[in-house]
Amino acid sequence: MRVGVVTFPGTLDDQDAARAVRLAGAEAVPLWHADHDLKGVDAVFLPGGFSYGDYLRCGAISRFAPLMEELIPAAKAGLPVLGTCNGFQILCEAHLLPGALTRNAGLHYLCRDQGIRVENNTTAWTGQFTEGQEILLPIKHGEGRYVADEATLAELERDGRVVFRYIGGNPNGSLNDIAGICNEAGNVVGLMPHPEHAVEELTGAPSVDGRGFFASILRKLVTA
Amino acid sequence: MTVDSVKRASQSPDEHMPYAELGMKEDEYQRVKEILGRRPTGSELAIYSVMWSEHCSYKSSKVHLRQFATKAPASEALLVGMGENAGVVDIGDGWAATFKIESHNHPSYVEPHQGAATGVGGIVRDIMSMGARPIAVMDSLRFGGLDQPDTRRVLPGVVEGISHYGNCLGLPNIGGEVVFDPCYIGNPLVNALCVGLLRKDQIKLATAPGPGNKVVLFGARTGADGIGGASVLASATFEDESHAKRPAVQVGDPFMEKLLIECCLELYQADVVVGIQDLGAAGVSCATTELAAKGTGGMAVDLNLVPLRDPTLRPEEILMSESQERMMAVVTPDDIPAFMAICEKWDVPATVIGEVTDSGRLVMTWDGEVIVDIPPGTAADEGPVYQRPFHEPAGQAALNTHVELERPADLRATLLQLLGSANLASREWVTSQYDRYVRGNTVLAQPSDAGVLRISESMPGASETTRGIALATDGNGRYAKLDPYAGAQLALAEAYRNVAVTGATPLAVTNCLNFGSPEDPEVMWQFAEAVRGLADACKTLGVPVTGGNVSFYNQTGAAAIHPTPVVGVLGVIEDVARRVPSGFTAEGLRVVLLGDTADEFGGSEWAHVVHGHLGGLPPRVRLEQERALATVLTTAATRGLLAGSHDLSDGGLAIALAEACLPKGIGATISLPGEDTFVDLFSESAARALVCVKPQHFAALAELCARNEVPCYGLGVTGGTSLVVENAFEIPVATLRETHEATLPAILG
Repeated sequence: MRVGVVTFPGTLDDQDAARAVRLAGAEAVPLWHADHDLKGVDAVFLPGGFSYGDYLRCGAISRFAPLMEELIPAAKAGLPVLGTCNGFQILCEAHLLPGALTRNAGLHYLCRDQGIRVENNTTAWTGQFTEGQEILLPIKHGEGRYVADEATLAELERDGRVVFRYIGGNPNGSLNDIAGICNEAGNVVGLMPHPEHAVEELTGAPSVDGRGFFASILRKLVTA
Repeated sequence: MTVDSVKRASQSPDEHMPYAELGMKEDEYQRVKEILGRRPTGSELAIYSVMWSEHCSYKSSKVHLRQFATKAPASEALLVGMGENAGVVDIGDGWAATFKIESHNHPSYVEPHQGAATGVGGIVRDIMSMGARPIAVMDSLRFGGLDQPDTRRVLPGVVEGISHYGNCLGLPNIGGEVVFDPCYIGNPLVNALCVGLLRKDQIKLATAPGPGNKVVLFGARTGADGIGGASVLASATFEDESHAKRPAVQVGDPFMEKLLIECCLELYQADVVVGIQDLGAAGVSCATTELAAKGTGGMAVDLNLVPLRDPTLRPEEILMSESQERMMAVVTPDDIPAFMAICEKWDVPATVIGEVTDSGRLVMTWDGEVIVDIPPGTAADEGPVYQRPFHEPAGQAALNTHVELERPADLRATLLQLLGSANLASREWVTSQYDRYVRGNTVLAQPSDAGVLRISESMPGASETTRGIALATDGNGRYAKLDPYAGAQLALAEAYRNVAVTGATPLAVTNCLNFGSPEDPEVMWQFAEAVRGLADACKTLGVPVTGGNVSFYNQTGAAAIHPTPVVGVLGVIEDVARRVPSGFTAEGLRVVLLGDTADEFGGSEWAHVVHGHLGGLPPRVRLEQERALATVLTTAATRGLLAGSHDLSDGGLAIALAEACLPKGIGATISLPGEDTFVDLFSESAARALVCVKPQHFAALAELCARNEVPCYGLGVTGGTSLVVENAFEIPVATLRETHEATLPAILG
């Protein structure tokens, strides 16, 4: 199985993302922002960082990258895509996911280990979790406050597209405690927390709950 | 506007030059004239004035700093010592670490956010210029009293600046210090440390050899930011007034720096760099003179080719600009196409601005006229050297007089008072604004005693090594105020101990020496004593100084800050999986105190918090015991005996016990070994650590201690939800946590 890991100028967690993919037993394929080439990967991981320095607006410039011109139609056609942090912001800017991520309510960048509840285990990236499972993942962002208009929120809630919710305190003021969402088909998932920083005992967060994301996608690809 | 060319300078020998406005002394200016055999041009004066400034030339500190070399212990680990952009240390298996700490104190007071941010940016470029990939940062911060209004202006800005720049670069922030003391009001200290990794055989140096090789300026365009107020600009001779009001604080662009990092690493990998230097203080002046002085000796530069953000900049301004995110490389003509292609891939502007010559002269032109023609070494290496007078401060003896302070009856209240005090309370408000996880190699970060990083995944090709590195910074201005010789040694001892408690072996030292004005003989005495103390202690502990930085003039009016030598120690751990976590990691572990406790409260946190008193003498320096303790800690870690550990320092055993309960919320029941419970709990005697071991490992640890003559006291057992000190008090861990965590948010919001 081949999982693409995208690097934009200013992407930071690409090394971690690639490592997490490898540890799960898949091949991590580097994808370069300036190429019109998805290299035939089976799934794509958009990692966090400050692509283009977060200039203009987080993710606003990245969505126009040549690679995104390939990725957007592929995702609409069902290619599994996971965006974390800046990757989530890019997915929203690219309209693959609804809503937007705005400045944290506390106005500070916040790095902490955060409790999260898995609300939907039917997406491409959450199949190995149980519904309602509580996991621990790091968050690290200044602009992770999820907002959307009332109709969109109601739709997300009604259709079970709120995939993750913060528990034990909302760190950034996200509406409905939303930590992550998916598209209608469930192949595109975005979340602010970082599963790739919670896959090893020795390093990163004091949890290996991030492994579930990679186990889920591999399982999905194998059985597909 | 006519340019002040060399030809013009020769024809107008008596023209007045604004050397005094540039901070240059009359005799220094005369020396420039002697060197050149004529008056300097405006551009030459710009170069000499910045290169001979205190900041760049170390003219007041040089005579003292030499001790770091003359007293340096023999060390097989040291690959590159002082004098380069940063020291390089052999960490084994073919890998090397390079690290350095540097101050950005004054800019951080003027403009906290950009001042601190560009402090991080500058030290990261120093590390890059050694050929390394930067892998982590730390910061050592000092502010005025937590309750003083200006602290609420400066601190949030500084933290946000470090947070924004470091996070944007993708470098984990793995530790440091935050200290509050009214002596730093108006003079905050922002000391930033960066550590990088490289293959031992791929060290890059700041040198420009090989006539015909090209000089490439790459990175951000040059702007008018960072030109000092007391610069050529301030002189009416060169500029009109509107130009003179430009900001003296640089503005950082971490996105450009991130691109520069990746670009440089690819340039190194492609092996297209002969020599490299970052542009920091004194910008193009510093990079060209230093590269030329260390290379073949000559360089020809066309300043018109420097890409500008502001096309109206004059050559003097280009030479003095401290615009951030710029590097200068020396590249063979054959490699230029490959070099440029890599820069283009990363969207990093790069321009050939000159070439290496064998003329022995640094020659610069502007609009076809020669405006600089100097022997580069005279600017880079042969600046003035001062033997500043120094003497013990008038009040020193009185300060050192012991005053008996009333000791408390309620030790429980004392512990909670200290635990919630500004300097001992949780740093979470600050550290939660830093990304400690990025790059995925952080094994330990704050609030651990030292940061620990895994090497194997930090660079391509390192997967074979099991090694890790540990880093800690420490400093105690109160100790140094009481006795700068001992204070510097205690700072080293604490950083050394903090590295050892993680299981790593301390290898090398970097330092940032923060002092008041060198023109004050009493401050100069503090400086001389601190350097002598640090050099002596480095020799005893066998850890060489690899580099660092001196920051003088941290002073408002006659009031200088406490002398504040901040010491960083780097250590290596052979198997990073054997690192020892901080605190009580499980129930049912034996709690053990290593080291002896004496009645030592001079400069202590207790005297400071409870009595607002600073006097007497700091704790006795016990270097031999530190060394033995480190041997016990690292040996025990290697053998897998330690389940957790924690250094004893500010606030003594009481604070160490409380902090050890917090990470996992595990309490302990303790019985103290000494006769005086207060002394046992709050003394700040050096060379001590708290560890916990599985019961079956206690005998082996005790035997190891006996063999190394380290006193070892079984204090009790971990478990329960309270910290119980028999015959003294019981405090629920929840209460400890609440007290510890409430203080900073209550004031900073």
